[in-house]
Amino acid sequence: MLGLYLHRDSAVHRWPAGVKMGGLLAVTAGVMTLPGAWGAALAGALGLGLLAAARLPVGRVLRELRAPVVLLTLLFGFQALLAGTGWAEAAVAVARFAALVLLATLVTLTTRVADMIDLFERVFGLLRPLGVNPAKLALMLALTIRFIPLLAEQVREVRMAQRARGVERSIAALFVPLLVKIFTMADDLAAALEARGYDPADNGR
Amino acid sequence: MIEFCSVTHAYGDRAVLSDLSFRLTERRVAILGGNGSGKSTLARLLNGLLVPTGGSVTVDGLDTRTDGRAVRRKVGFVFQNPDVQIVLPTVEEDVAFGLKARKIPKEEIARRVTAALDRHGLARYRHQPAHQMSGGEKQLLAIAGVLVLEPDHVVFDEPTTLLDLRNRRRVIETIRALPQKAVVVTHDLDMVMDFDRVLVLEDGRVVADAPPAVAVPAYVERLS
Amino acid sequence: MLSTRDLVLCALFAALLAGLGMAPPIPLGFLPVPITAQSLGVMLAGALLGAKRGGLAVLLFVLLVAAGLPLLAGGRGGVGVLMGPTGGFVLAFPVGAFVTGLLAERFATGANPLRLFGTCVVGGVAVVYAGGIPWLSLVAGLPLEKAALGSLAFVPGDLVKAGVAAVAAAAVRRAGVLPAVHA
Repeated sequence: MLGLYLHRDSAVHRWPAGVKMGGLLAVTAGVMTLPGAWGAALAGALGLGLLAAARLPVGRVLRELRAPVVLLTLLFGFQALLAGTGWAEAAVAVARFAALVLLATLVTLTTRVADMIDLFERVFGLLRPLGVNPAKLALMLALTIRFIPLLAEQVREVRMAQRARGVERSIAALFVPLLVKIFTMADDLAAALEARGYDPADNGR
Repeated sequence: MIEFCSVTHAYGDRAVLSDLSFRLTERRVAILGGNGSGKSTLARLLNGLLVPTGGSVTVDGLDTRTDGRAVRRKVGFVFQNPDVQIVLPTVEEDVAFGLKARKIPKEEIARRVTAALDRHGLARYRHQPAHQMSGGEKQLLAIAGVLVLEPDHVVFDEPTTLLDLRNRRRVIETIRALPQKAVVVTHDLDMVMDFDRVLVLEDGRVVADAPPAVAVPAYVERLS
Repeated sequence: MLSTRDLVLCALFAALLAGLGMAPPIPLGFLPVPITAQSLGVMLAGALLGAKRGGLAVLLFVLLVAAGLPLLAGGRGGVGVLMGPTGGFVLAFPVGAFVTGLLAERFATGANPLRLFGTCVVGGVAVVYAGGIPWLSLVAGLPLEKAALGSLAFVPGDLVKAGVAAVAAAAVRRAGVLPAVHA
C-alpha cells in the first residue's frame, strides 16, 4: 500500500523513524513552552532547513500543507475581522502550528510507512506489562492494510447502488448487506488464520 | 488416514450432518453434494476448524477435539474464496504467514517461500500487493500459502467454483500434481473423474461411496 | 484476550473506515456541506463491535493514518494532519467509538434504532467534538466558544450520519450475524 512517503536520497530520509518522531515531540513541547512567537520562528526555520536538506519538491510539500493552511488562515481572518481583539495571540498560535504542521508533514514525507509501523510496534511493546500484545497489534495492522482495497471496492459498490437507485434516504439500507458481509467474512478469515497455524494464545514474537 | 466415527454436527438445533462413519485412505477423495448438503461443514471437520457435536474425527490417530493444533499442522485447508484466505498485504508476506506462526527461522522461511513461489509460477509477483492479482492467481497464492507448510493432507473447499476456465485448469493441474493426499469438496465433475474415491453427500448423509465411474453418474441422476 | 475473530473484525472495520474515506462525499440536498462517511464508520464500529473492539478498530485506522497512509477523506494522512486544525477530531475518533460501544453495551443491546441513535450521537458526535473543538481552539488561537461555533456547520451532517449508523446497526443486529457484544 502506497503511503505519502516520497523517496529521495537524503540524510533526513535515512534518520530512524524513532529519531524523527521523538524530535517532533520534543520540538512541539519546546514551541508550546517558549513565550510569544520565538518558538514558532525557531520551528519554522528548522522546518525550512529540513525541507531543503530533505531535497523534497517544494510544490508537493505545499500541496500537503494547503488544506490546513487555508483553514487556519480563514479562521484567523474570521477572528481578526469579527472579534477585533486577541488577534495577536491568535497570530502566534497560528504561526506555531503552521510551523509544527510543516515539521510533521516532513516527518511523514521522509519516513516509510513500514518504518513508522515498526516504531509503533516498539512503542506499544513498552505497554506489554499492561497486557498489550505488540505482535497482535502488528498482525491487525497488516490485516487492515490487506483489507483496505477489498473494503474500498465494497464501499464503491454501495455508492454505485445508491446512485443507480437515486435514493438518498436508504443509505442505511444499502450499508446493511456490506456490514453483514463483513461479519461473515470475519468467520472465514479467522478460520483461514487458524487453519494456517495462527494461535491467538501465542504471546511471543 | 482420516477417520470419521459416528459423526454428527449441528448448528444450534439445526442438524447438518448425521451419523457419518468412514475412513479415507486414498490419495484423491472427492466429496460431491448440492448446496446445503453439509459438504462445507464436512470439509471443516476434516482439519479441526470445526469439532463435531457428536462422534469423533481422527487424523492419523489424532483426535480433532483434543489435538486440534497438531491436526491443523497435518491437514492444510484451501478455501473457496481466496480473498478470505490471503491475509497479508504482499504475496511474499502472505506465503510466509503460516511459517512465521510456526516460528521457523528467517532464513528457512525465505528459502521455502522462494521455492513455493517458483513452484506455483508466482515468483514475479513476490513483492506485489495480493489485491492486484487476478482471481486465478489469488487462488494459486492461497494454495501456495498452504502447501508451503508441507501438510500431509490437503483439503480443498470448492477450489474452482469462482474461477474462469483457464484458471480452473491451472488449479486442477496443481491439485493433480500434489504429492500429498487430497480431499476435494466440489461441484466440478470433470475434476474428479480421475480420483480414487467419491463420496456423495445429501441432507447430511453419504448416499453414494464409490469410484468416480460409479458415483458420478449416480450423483448426476440424483440431481436431475 | 482477543480471539482470532476479534482481530479480524477490528481489522475489517478499520479497513471499512478507510474505504469510507475513499468514497466520494455524499451530497445531501438540505445541507451546505457534503458529508464524508468516515465518522459513520466510527459510530458503526462502536455500535456493532462494542467498546473494546470498536475502539481498537478505530485506533488501528488512526495509527495507519499517522504512519503516513492517505486514508482520511480527500486522500490526506500523516502526522501533519493530526497536528493540524482538524487533528483533534481524528484523534478523538477511537474514543468516540469506545464510548459509543460502552453506551451500546449498557443501553442499546437490542435492535431499537432510537436507542442506538442516542448512543451514536453521544459517542460519535459529542465525544468527537469534545476532542476536536479544544484542539481547534488551541491550534487556531480561537476562544473555545468561537471554535465551537465554527464547528456547528458540521453538526447537522453528523446527526444525519448518526441516524444512518443507528438504522444500519439495528438492521445488522436483527440479521443475527453478531456475536454477543459482551463476550
